[in-house]
Amino acid sequence: MLHDALLVAGKDLRIELRSRVLLWQVLPFGILALVLFALALGPSEAVLRRGAPGLFWLALLLAAVLAIARSAGIESAEGTRASVRLLGLDPGGVFLGKSCALLVELSALGLVLDLGLLVLFHVDAARLALALPLALLAVVALAAVGTIYGALVAGTDVAGTLLPLLVLPALSPVLIAGERGTASVLAGGGPGRWAVLLAVMAVVYVAVGIVLYGPLEEAS
Amino acid sequence: MTRFLNRALGPFALVSLAVTIWLGLWVTPPDEVQGDIVRLLYVHPALATVALYEAFALAALASALYLWPRTRSEKWDLLAASAVEVGVVFLTLTLITGSLWGRPAWGVWWTWDARLTTTALLDILFIGYLALRRVPADPPVRAKRCAVLALLSTLDIPIVHFSVQWWNGLHQGASVTVGFHFLIHGSMLWTFLLSMVAFSATFVWMVRERYRIAVRDEMHGVETLEVALAARRAEGAS
Repeated sequence: MLHDALLVAGKDLRIELRSRVLLWQVLPFGILALVLFALALGPSEAVLRRGAPGLFWLALLLAAVLAIARSAGIESAEGTRASVRLLGLDPGGVFLGKSCALLVELSALGLVLDLGLLVLFHVDAARLALALPLALLAVVALAAVGTIYGALVAGTDVAGTLLPLLVLPALSPVLIAGERGTASVLAGGGPGRWAVLLAVMAVVYVAVGIVLYGPLEEAS
Repeated sequence: MTRFLNRALGPFALVSLAVTIWLGLWVTPPDEVQGDIVRLLYVHPALATVALYEAFALAALASALYLWPRTRSEKWDLLAASAVEVGVVFLTLTLITGSLWGRPAWGVWWTWDARLTTTALLDILFIGYLALRRVPADPPVRAKRCAVLALLSTLDIPIVHFSVQWWNGLHQGASVTVGFHFLIHGSMLWTFLLSMVAFSATFVWMVRERYRIAVRDEMHGVETLEVALAARRAEGAS
């Protein structure tokens, strides 16, 4: 399964490196969301600093929807699924591979948005660095959930409108835990039980994804 | 016997609901602190219990049975869909009655309490299920997608259940029973217990009727397709 996961992750990342969709479309969208949030809140540094954790996670979530759609779109291309089936890859491995590729992409996106927080929202750099492990846990859950829901809508005519409706409520617990944990770390405390909650979500979603990806592949 | 039970279910549900309303509005006393608002006790918890622990649990069970190759059958998919449809109605009513209770009790129609927020999210998750169900696809493909989504959405139920303990919000924890020990007594207790039975019976009745309609709908779809195919074949032969 791990061998298959590495193959699929390598394929997705190579496609991304060649097409640069993340770089030219998803990343600018995430930064644009941060800028728009800052514009909506006004120039007060205190207000921006207080809203920074929530807006960071919201921007990441919205941009993640585009990345998830892109990741699922790769599998929906003409003949791709048939090819993957003919290779006899383990569905759990395919799920893990796609999740890993999405994890790498979303981590890169998160790091750029973190820079945005430093510049636009005047957040303390040292404390933001301490929040990175928590963010990584959240991104693992995000990637796992995104891969499952991306496969759910893949191949449908309404994937563009259906994906946000399905995936955003499912990601809301990640948003809440990520925001509360980050806010706590930025305020000088520890992530506390939010890190535990995110770790549990990450483990549960990865396990559920490995089990349920097979039926989803059959359905697409 | 089964036929008798099937026929008796609807009238039993309606009568038990009517008795619950009568007891709740006219027989039970007002609460010392909350006054007449406490009468929502005979509606709101029962709606929530049915939606969370009966409707969506049934949907999850039926979905799991559909995904399991040995038990895979279209009937499980239709049962899950019926349970979700009725469950969404019950959960939406839970949110509405909760809001009606919250206004006089907390002073607001809505607050970002953990129990309320996670319940609203659960409702949206299962509305998403209904949206996915309406996406045109072959029945087996649709069934697999929906079964996976139902199981994923069910993961939110433990979060809703434990939200009161984890986040200590405005919504009270268990306030009617602690284990098997009841904290309310007399006519209030009996009316409360009857409301649980009445709404559960109503749920079972509604799901059964919705399931029957779904089965007939599927059969009608197959028949229509066969008639259309026969017409096309006849066109080709002539």
